Amino acid sequence: MYARTIPIVPAAHTGKDASFEYLTTRKDELIGWARKFSIFPYPFVTACCAMEFMAVSASPYDTDRFGAALPRFSPRQADLLMVVGTVTHKQAPILLKVYEQMCEPKWVMAFGVCASSGGFYQNYAALPGIDKIVPVDVYIPGCPPRPEMVIDGIMQLQDKIARSSHPIITKTF
Amino acid sequence: MTSPLFETLQQELVPAAGPATLSHGILVFVLEPTELLPAVQRLQREFAFDIFLDVTAVDWIGQLPRFEVVYHFYSTMHRVRVRLKTRVGEADPGVDSLVPLYGSAAFMERECHDMYGIRFRGNDDLRPILLYEGFVGHPLRKDYPKQQEQPLVPYRS
Repeated sequence: MYARTIPIVPAAHTGKDASFEYLTTRKDELIGWARKFSIFPYPFVTACCAMEFMAVSASPYDTDRFGAALPRFSPRQADLLMVVGTVTHKQAPILLKVYEQMCEPKWVMAFGVCASSGGFYQNYAALPGIDKIVPVDVYIPGCPPRPEMVIDGIMQLQDKIARSSHPIITKTF
Repeated sequence: MTSPLFETLQQELVPAAGPATLSHGILVFVLEPTELLPAVQRLQREFAFDIFLDVTAVDWIGQLPRFEVVYHFYSTMHRVRVRLKTRVGEADPGVDSLVPLYGSAAFMERECHDMYGIRFRGNDDLRPILLYEGFVGHPLRKDYPKQQEQPLVPYRS
């Protein structure tokens, strides 16, 4: 839908300055549209939700349709940190390091109830929700979540990306 | 299911320990901590118990002595299991390590030390294995507060 709303302004009809002005008014929309369809996830997979992650990645549900198909196993190449499963206190420093190594712009998805809140692990070992240590953009409840819920989460994240401001275009662009 | 070996073990393994019981096909001996190492030695050398399955503990809070250390052994030759139990107190929860007999005991004793604070004399590597350095207390003891956390990363406000 965003593809149709971005006009291609013919150079013959407007001056150069005017076209730049017009482009900057729509730049967030343009960049958001580009970014929301090229989410490279980093799967931080720790527990049984991994099964559901495989199910939602594979062909029957197919996250490829949302441009989120290609897991990057280096945080430096990823946009979306998918925390899939329980994170323990012992693992928390690793999660934080992975998050800090990701380049901007970056988003975080808490996949499943353990990553969202600790789930039923309220004890000495489990971190009660990854939002205690990293900011989270989208929470997906469920133990494990249905693939439909994950897809809904990805679509909500896409909406969020499309609506945000993307401060990358300057005068020299 | 009983095994002919059980009769022999009942009579010969630790005569002073009193009658052994049979629980779910496992022969169970209740021993004093000092009788443990000789009994395990005989199990391994004379009765061919070649696999050390597990060591764990039970926290009988309020009872004296407080902890019960539980060992399981398996013989692949006779295909039977034996369980040894011994009680240790809270002030000095120490038993002899089985590392000289079974190399696999090292990690399991580390885990038991993590969770219950049982000290295994002779195992000189009782660093945390499931927990992390700096963890205070032993989480599977019944007096460890259920929701007490010891986070390694400071929480966002």
